[in-house]
Amino acid sequence: MNIIACVKQVPDTETLIKVKTDGSGIEEGGIKWVMNPYDEFGVEEALRLKEKNGGEVTIVTLGPARAMESIRTALAMGADKGIHIDDASLNNGDAYTTAAALAAAIKTVPYDLIFCGQRAIDDDSGQVGSILAELLDLPQVTLVTKVEVAGSSVKAMRAIEGAQLVIESPLPCVLTAQKGLNEPRYASLPGIMKAKKKPVDIKDAAALGVTASDKAKVVKFVPPPARPPGKIIAGDDPTAKAAQLAKLLREEAKVL
Amino acid sequence: MAKGVWIVAEQREGAFRKISFELASTARKLADELGDEVCAVLVGSGVEGIAGELGKYGVDKVYVADDAIFEPYTTDAHAAAVAKIVKEKDPAILLLGASAQGKDLSSRLVGKLATGMATDCTDLRLDGGKLVAFRPMYAGKCFGEIMISSFPQMASLRPNVFSAVENAKAGAVEKFDAGIDAGQLKTKVLEVQKETSGKVDLTEANLIVSGGRGMQGPDGYSVLEELAGVLGATVGASRAAVDAGWRPQTDQVGQTGKVVSPNLYVACGISGAIQHLAGMSSSKVIVAINKDSEAPIFSKADYGIVDDLFKVVPELAKECKKLLG
Repeated sequence: MNIIACVKQVPDTETLIKVKTDGSGIEEGGIKWVMNPYDEFGVEEALRLKEKNGGEVTIVTLGPARAMESIRTALAMGADKGIHIDDASLNNGDAYTTAAALAAAIKTVPYDLIFCGQRAIDDDSGQVGSILAELLDLPQVTLVTKVEVAGSSVKAMRAIEGAQLVIESPLPCVLTAQKGLNEPRYASLPGIMKAKKKPVDIKDAAALGVTASDKAKVVKFVPPPARPPGKIIAGDDPTAKAAQLAKLLREEAKVL
Repeated sequence: MAKGVWIVAEQREGAFRKISFELASTARKLADELGDEVCAVLVGSGVEGIAGELGKYGVDKVYVADDAIFEPYTTDAHAAAVAKIVKEKDPAILLLGASAQGKDLSSRLVGKLATGMATDCTDLRLDGGKLVAFRPMYAGKCFGEIMISSFPQMASLRPNVFSAVENAKAGAVEKFDAGIDAGQLKTKVLEVQKETSGKVDLTEANLIVSGGRGMQGPDGYSVLEELAGVLGATVGASRAAVDAGWRPQTDQVGQTGKVVSPNLYVACGISGAIQHLAGMSSSKVIVAINKDSEAPIFSKADYGIVDDLFKVVPELAKECKKLLG
């Protein structure tokens, strides 16, 4: 069973995001870059399926030179090879551009199943997996928390508001990973050593025959709206403080 | 020339989700400014009868695809139906909800319609007749203004942020044939396991009472459950509490959990790690109850109590019961 896992390199969740003064982007200095946590669930699931069913796991990423670190991390976890789409013209493209580039790269390798994270925690767009599925004419199941492959189909658990759905799809298909799918492994030291020798194919836009589009463009980045300073309810008696809070919530904030 | 402001209404089991009315009202505002019509697409089984309700919130016309193959929701069937009518009528703007279903459907439509979309928007405006969408990025650590250069200009709206305002319009119902052959549908819903607790999902809740490491264990949550019961609130949790196994994954608020925007968010024993703050800072009113006066959560709070939550929360529940009783 050949599996693709798409990954993106993003700032770690503890990163403080600073907007550039001209609003053209965020300050990238000092950021600790990691593999998008949702993509990591996809990589882990791909590895578990490979361990059970055999085959190869291919990691596909789009990003600048530093994004290679995320490919090496996935290879160290146990993936077999990588494709790094590295082209400055595609780096700040919209979701459609990213999906088109990933689709073009994926078409060059055999696959039975594709994993994406349900969203990247940087732009929070959550579109790439579905657009990719559309461009490859594949079915999709998004927000997946459990995967069972049986023969030529997959059963996936999908979490929606107030319910869990069990959805069956024929293979190949695109699954987008949600938290709860698994607990990703850490790369072992021998894994890290082996990863250095695993093949990674570097491709640019011309090689893939794709061009960037800016159907959706971030025209301006802005810091979050500031919140006015709050009130600390003083005193030593928890009961009195609780009573005052309840009163404020009802009479001043009017939320009760 | 693309024209009109469209929404895709969301229903479950023949009843509209609240987001549908939020979408309708938002579309009405934009359409009035543009001098255009508001149209809705409604896809489901046995839903023709409820379609007219959208008129109450400003929808001029509802295109309905009513067929057994649309229930329960599958991406293949719903995306094909919406794409068909949208391609035919060519609206300028297309809005969906950023719910689990709306995100799934809207993203697939971006592919089918080869256009652009701003996800999970918290504000929309027009600039020279073009849509400008305002949305959190990095889970709210910064915001982006998005413009879309292709048609339809798509945006998904964060639930619970836009208000639903009654503004009666015709709500004329027109059925359309989505032309879907059941044989072309690839995915199948085998099972629907409903949560029996009947609690409102965090992303749709007006009131949330949330607990973190300070809850000291799964049993600590009983005080939060009690307060939530009094308020009619939903209980949430921080990543620390979920990772410790005290609460289920579905309760997690934060950058790798749910991003919420209730009217009231009560954070109990939550220090306020940046990834948690990112998930709840668009709440309208924030209350922090924590023993540690230095906890970062207080920087986001409108009201704070520095004290032992196990002493404060039960008293707060009693006081609220008195006020609400």
